[in-house]
Amino acid sequence: MEMLVTALICLPFLWAIFPALIHHSKCRAFFVYLGCAIVMILSIITAVQWFMAGGQTLNFSLPYQETFGHVFLVGDILLMFFIIYLCAKYKKTIISLLTIVSTVVPTVLELAGPKIPNNYTMRFDYLTMIMVLIIGIVGTLIGVYAVGYMHGYHIHHHKELKDRRSFFLAMIFVFFGAMFGLVFSANLCSLYFFWEITSVTSFLLIGYTRTDEAINNSFKALWMNLLGGCGLAVAISVGYLWYGTVNLFDYIDLVQADPTNIRNMLPIACLAFAALTKSAQFPFSGWLLGAMVAPTPSSALLHSATMVKAGVYLLIRISVAMADNYVGNMVALIGGFTFLAASCLAISVSDGKKVLAYSTISNLGLIVACTGCGYEETIWAAVFLVIFHAVSKSMLFQCVGAIENTTGSRDVEDMQGLIAIFPKLAVILMIGIAGMFLAPFGMLISKWAALKAFIDTTSVYVSTLMVLFICFGSATTMFYWTKWMSKILGASPREKSRDLTKKNEYISMFFHAFMMVALILGFPWLSKHVLKPLSNDMFGTATQVISYQNMIIMIVLLVGIFVVPFVNFVLTKGQKAKQVITYMGGANAGDNFNFVSATGDPKEMHIANFYMEDIMGEKKLFTPAIMISAFIIIVYMIIVIGGAF
Amino acid sequence: MSTIHKSPWLLHYDGSSCNGCDIEVLACTTPVYDVERFGVINTGNPMHADIFLITGGINSQNEAVVKQIYEQMPQPKVVIAVGTCACTGGIFKECYNIKGGADTVIPVDIYVPGCAARPESIIDGVVKGIGLFKEKAEALKAQQKAN
Amino acid sequence: MTTTRIIIAVLYVLLAPFVIGLLDGFDRKISARMQGRRGPSVLQPFFDIKKLFEKEFLTANKQQLFMIYSYVFFIVLSGVIFFAGFDLLLVVFSLSTAAMFLILASTSTHSPFSSQGTHRELVQIMSCEPMELLVAVGFYLATKTFNVNEIVMNSTYSNIIYLPGFFVGFVFILTIKFRKSPFDISTSHHAHQEVIKGVTSEMVGKEYGMVTLAEWYENAILLGIVGLFFLNSNPLSVIGAIVAILVVWFLEILIDNTSARVKWQLMLKLAWGVTIVAAGMNLFLLEIIMG
Repeated sequence: MEMLVTALICLPFLWAIFPALIHHSKCRAFFVYLGCAIVMILSIITAVQWFMAGGQTLNFSLPYQETFGHVFLVGDILLMFFIIYLCAKYKKTIISLLTIVSTVVPTVLELAGPKIPNNYTMRFDYLTMIMVLIIGIVGTLIGVYAVGYMHGYHIHHHKELKDRRSFFLAMIFVFFGAMFGLVFSANLCSLYFFWEITSVTSFLLIGYTRTDEAINNSFKALWMNLLGGCGLAVAISVGYLWYGTVNLFDYIDLVQADPTNIRNMLPIACLAFAALTKSAQFPFSGWLLGAMVAPTPSSALLHSATMVKAGVYLLIRISVAMADNYVGNMVALIGGFTFLAASCLAISVSDGKKVLAYSTISNLGLIVACTGCGYEETIWAAVFLVIFHAVSKSMLFQCVGAIENTTGSRDVEDMQGLIAIFPKLAVILMIGIAGMFLAPFGMLISKWAALKAFIDTTSVYVSTLMVLFICFGSATTMFYWTKWMSKILGASPREKSRDLTKKNEYISMFFHAFMMVALILGFPWLSKHVLKPLSNDMFGTATQVISYQNMIIMIVLLVGIFVVPFVNFVLTKGQKAKQVITYMGGANAGDNFNFVSATGDPKEMHIANFYMEDIMGEKKLFTPAIMISAFIIIVYMIIVIGGAF
Repeated sequence: MSTIHKSPWLLHYDGSSCNGCDIEVLACTTPVYDVERFGVINTGNPMHADIFLITGGINSQNEAVVKQIYEQMPQPKVVIAVGTCACTGGIFKECYNIKGGADTVIPVDIYVPGCAARPESIIDGVVKGIGLFKEKAEALKAQQKAN
Repeated sequence: MTTTRIIIAVLYVLLAPFVIGLLDGFDRKISARMQGRRGPSVLQPFFDIKKLFEKEFLTANKQQLFMIYSYVFFIVLSGVIFFAGFDLLLVVFSLSTAAMFLILASTSTHSPFSSQGTHRELVQIMSCEPMELLVAVGFYLATKTFNVNEIVMNSTYSNIIYLPGFFVGFVFILTIKFRKSPFDISTSHHAHQEVIKGVTSEMVGKEYGMVTLAEWYENAILLGIVGLFFLNSNPLSVIGAIVAILVVWFLEILIDNTSARVKWQLMLKLAWGVTIVAAGMNLFLLEIIMG
């Protein structure tokens, strides 16, 4: 097992050399495919082997732990110098302060501080398994997609940009390694190292095109993520100075042993803070929106399917230490607020990727809120959301990317009647959207569990606010997805046209669609064999979260969603109907798409969705949202820090 | 027993007119005349309408519109021309742009004369139209059976 | 017990259209009387729907029909979940899934009027949904269960005493849900002819008939929820519930006939405002009381 885990972490780092050095397009593609296949198979083998062995939580250290420790330390310092160099190059010196603080302090403590007992540094449990599978399957599929996408990106659309595909693909492999390392780490020092790598890869990928906008946005992402890194650094330092441990699970045990001691909550609060920045919660959502300038595969991989999940992963880990205390309340409120605010904002934008970005932030908000609550039901819901969200969002991003490469636009308004023009892409998009808010087992059931748990939360005002956030957030979420869906399914003035999407892009997307359906069908199994033991590990108990009765209703609903429309479609296919044109006050110019204008000439009619910019617009809501959420964080951090001293 | 005649929904189109008949048609829906007691709903949508009520004459601009609206009404349907203009083109008949009454573009079933047609006569025409509507529905049904 | 629940659900499927259709007929009669008219027969809604099914079937997009069938199916399914006494929250979720089919059916035609209606309908759904979810939350707080059957069986007193704010909020959004003035912005039920027939503009004959039928089924659920506020374990409370339903129903007619249509912006603000003030306050107080 140790060997497999070590391989899983190290191999992608080493493999990154191939795409970095090979510049011949076909040859490089081959190595990327091969690497992705190896990583995928390796991750599946690791997960399956562990699962088959009975799914016992494993605490272990890597072989040559000492060496790895040194590598991490040196790596930290190298990363720091790298960031300082880049900051200096682009004259953003102030940002380098953050990295200096967050790197120097733990390093000094590690070298000169009190010696801490040699403990296990890695852990493998159900949550790790889920994350490994998400990274190993969803991540590598995006890797496959990236090869085709980047080809189209440079050859067809952005001829003006310098072709840095080698760099791009290499970064993706580096990122795989870092993510694997992150989810295995129990030791905060190694966790911190991998955390920083993901921040830096994200930064580099956002700045990929090297346009002014890209560079600005990449630095925005960098400083916010580094700020989160500072939170981690504080948690590590506190561990060295107060507790003589830097093991994540020791921190949690400390809080659980003495729930009223605010001092013990400080490191948890810092970790939670770091996680909030990584998961792009308000007030740190800006970076994720800016990150949309990056090529789509990196948006799919880092900014929705995996990297931002690192934040919620950490929150799920520490959620047992957040049940009904200040930290938990802070996290829950921020999450709930983000869920509502981001979904409101998503209504007002028409850029497909931006809608996806807001919806990512919003969904992460719901997951974060669930973890902040820290009850069994909410963790159950949170883990489910993580899985569903990873698959469907990655699929959606890839699909929007493919649409952009094919039609030259990713604006929702330009997707009118996509089902008639590019049926394959449209179907994939529909499955993704349905998975986000429709399929009874996706968002819906998680919302059900979350609502129930929030009502039961002890703190009265948190409970009230959370319930309101979820109720209103659900309504706004429905709005922006439905209007997108209606655009795709509408009638189109254009004929079916040539699809420029590459085969490997389709392979990845179809595989995602297949996984989505498999997940929905395998839901009861997943709940029983993975999520139940998971909550058993975390809470010591495992109750049935949804009753048998509700499970039946869900299945009926599920069947309904997939089967009923299909059956109706077949039934009504043979219906005799006289075709008429739509009603336009009698002014149609012969069809549904043109009308006779005042000059007597036919004019094309455009139908646009509602965007409610004067109510939900970014200009109106974004700044207040940041202020409110910043206020919540500051107040709670003051309470926790003040209580600790 | 067919009850189709108890739910005649009405679509009102105003062509080239002085709007006098127009006002009178609206007067029919007021409490004084209350056509709703016959089940009439003044709908604005040809797809939902059973009776097409035209006031005013046909000119070269609304010719296509009237045709289109007529096409968009599902069978069975009845057309009523209300007022002299809709019947024959009326006072505008000799104008350069006027084609004549509604029957120059679509088949008209019932003519309600008057300038402007009084609400009583309009209701009379509508009630006649309702009777015809029933007949047409039955004819349609018989025809469907025969096929 | 189980048999009663099944019987109620079956009765719902069989009778809801007749009961609600008849209520609709009386609605039109009462409205007419309020306006000093005679009005149509109380059976008028049935004549209308029967005619719709007898008309020729025209369509601008054949996709529309199967989506409308799916809409009807999900509405009836939600009703069955509700009247058979299952989870209230799932009823709300299922209703919003159903609504999505209506929206997809309407936008599939690329018609300016139905597109306008669709978006207004979406705004309506967005205005109402928080309150619908909150009603379920309120019942959970009062009775510790989402299960409709248990909500009725476990309460010694009618839950309205705990949930007055929720009730006010719910009655408020009922005006939107019933598509009554001042909030009849997405379909214009009373032939105001403004932007034609909104979401149903392109639905011809039987399609429109199906949508009307689905609306009746949906209204039955909504009135059922009104009744749920007054039901308790005592079977006699059914009488109270029926009286309450009739009062609320009359109130809606009164509001309908005394107000003019508003813009969607105002509707959204009003609906959310009332939801937050009435239901939010009630929720907060109830949390304190229930601990």
